[in-house]
Amino acid sequence: MPTRQTGAKKIRVLPGFRLTLGFTLFYLGLIVLIPLMAVFIKTSTLSWAQFSQTVFSPQALAAYRLSFGASFFAALINAVFGLIVAWVLVRYSFFGKKFVDALVDLPFALPTAVAGITLATLYAPNGWIGNLLVPFGIKVSYTQLGVFVALTFIGLPFIVRTVQPVLEDFDPELEDAAASLGASRWQIFWRVIFPTLTPALLTGFALAFARALGEYGSVVFISSNIPMKTQIVPLLIMSELDGFQYAKATALAVVMLVVSFLLLLAVNVLQWWSNRYNTNNLA
Amino acid sequence: MAEPAFVRRLLIGIALAFMALFLVIPLVSVFAEALKLGFGYYFQTLRDPLTLSAVKLTLLAAGISVPLNCVFGVTAAWAIAKFDFRGKNILLTLIDLPFSISPVISGLIYVLIFGAQGWFGPWLQDHNIKIIFAVPGIILATIFVTFPFVARELIPLMQAQGRNEEEAARVLGASGWQTFWRVTIPNIKWGLLYGVILCNARAMGEFGAVSVVSGHIQGQTNTIPLHVQILYESNNSTGAFAVASLLTFLALVTLVLKTWVEHKNTALRGTAFTPVPIANKAT
Repeated sequence: MPTRQTGAKKIRVLPGFRLTLGFTLFYLGLIVLIPLMAVFIKTSTLSWAQFSQTVFSPQALAAYRLSFGASFFAALINAVFGLIVAWVLVRYSFFGKKFVDALVDLPFALPTAVAGITLATLYAPNGWIGNLLVPFGIKVSYTQLGVFVALTFIGLPFIVRTVQPVLEDFDPELEDAAASLGASRWQIFWRVIFPTLTPALLTGFALAFARALGEYGSVVFISSNIPMKTQIVPLLIMSELDGFQYAKATALAVVMLVVSFLLLLAVNVLQWWSNRYNTNNLA
Repeated sequence: MAEPAFVRRLLIGIALAFMALFLVIPLVSVFAEALKLGFGYYFQTLRDPLTLSAVKLTLLAAGISVPLNCVFGVTAAWAIAKFDFRGKNILLTLIDLPFSISPVISGLIYVLIFGAQGWFGPWLQDHNIKIIFAVPGIILATIFVTFPFVARELIPLMQAQGRNEEEAARVLGASGWQTFWRVTIPNIKWGLLYGVILCNARAMGEFGAVSVVSGHIQGQTNTIPLHVQILYESNNSTGAFAVASLLTFLALVTLVLKTWVEHKNTALRGTAFTPVPIANKAT
């Protein structure tokens, strides 16, 4: 232990505890905590009737349905394809692998406004991809499908990057043991490898889901923000702000914040679970 | 025992097709759209005074928020990694909050405090200080959204590195500052650089939060992403893509630097996405 106890006073060997912790708490409080408190304080000035009127209005409910639905399915698609991409990057070699590996992070590095206008243009009826879908009667831009596509784009890196380390650390002896005991390749994947990936997959899914719920820039251009139809919750909040309806915007923000906190909690629990899982695996 | 060759090729094919559809095609289309009216129009848009003022404001916002959050990140990581105290996990979760909050809410909270109807609204108006719908608000919002980036890279890194080297330096007579500059900083330099790269990418590309606090006044309170939006919505989509191509170059440079730093310190891979791990007991 790096401290000595003499009586009641702890003596720390390394200096700067009070200074660094003090500054940390000060900066955190000033920039993050106090402003966040403003949301809850403002909302507490509303009566319950006003609050529920805003938060449960038909427009809000439609927005929740779209936000949660599109985010869920986008994260699901990313879970499936992200797993494939992670597998392929870890286990196989092919031309351009390093380039593909670096490119996975593009949705994270690319500003959301650029992603937004690019996807809106690509999937518009006269866009490169949109015009291929017109003969099939599929419209993407300015529809809920467009929202889904945008949310898939921005969630892409999350599952790949949470699964990759687990795959890389996976002990090949376990696979060899299973093979020597007569398992087929599919059995090995499904019953030996996949279970160890479950915590990472869930963590990545939750992260992609959380990111998609709050996304604004990538979606605002492709969705055209039609109330009751293609309006996700962040866009609804923005509309209220544009109309100076601060109370309504804040009420909706409270809902989003509560969901974000719950998701953050879920991710922390998942991470703790997956750490337990990994240490249990150390045979 | 490995998968049959056709399964391997199929999986690689699916992964590459997914990446091509969601990443490569949008990336290429940014530049294709930007150059639709030729190089002359492209450079004319970039030289336009409104574009240049947007670039200046973006550089200013990043130039202030990145160093501030860097100082915070190092300070917080020192406090968390080198000392034991209760409430570390809560602190870690609080530091990560801005990462999981929707950008629209990140802007909304500052409007609630400094806006005309906000806590300080009347006081600011009396003193003729403008924060919301002016440059200071933009800088504040940028600081908020990029708040955790450096901290979340340094905390796990410094925790993994432990305290032994610093304690040894102290035992050998180094002062606190000497220990910090000559022992800690060289150890964390790649993590620090990595955090700065990611922090900067987000600072320059932030759209949602800045959109809420900015007055969208061309030539004064527009950052590059907001300028992209204005050009796009005024039907100058080629101009919008021309400016967007600047941000895309930035994203590509970010990816290259990110890959290079990950190559130098492989422990950093994937840390951009996962939440800060829960602190281990007494390292």
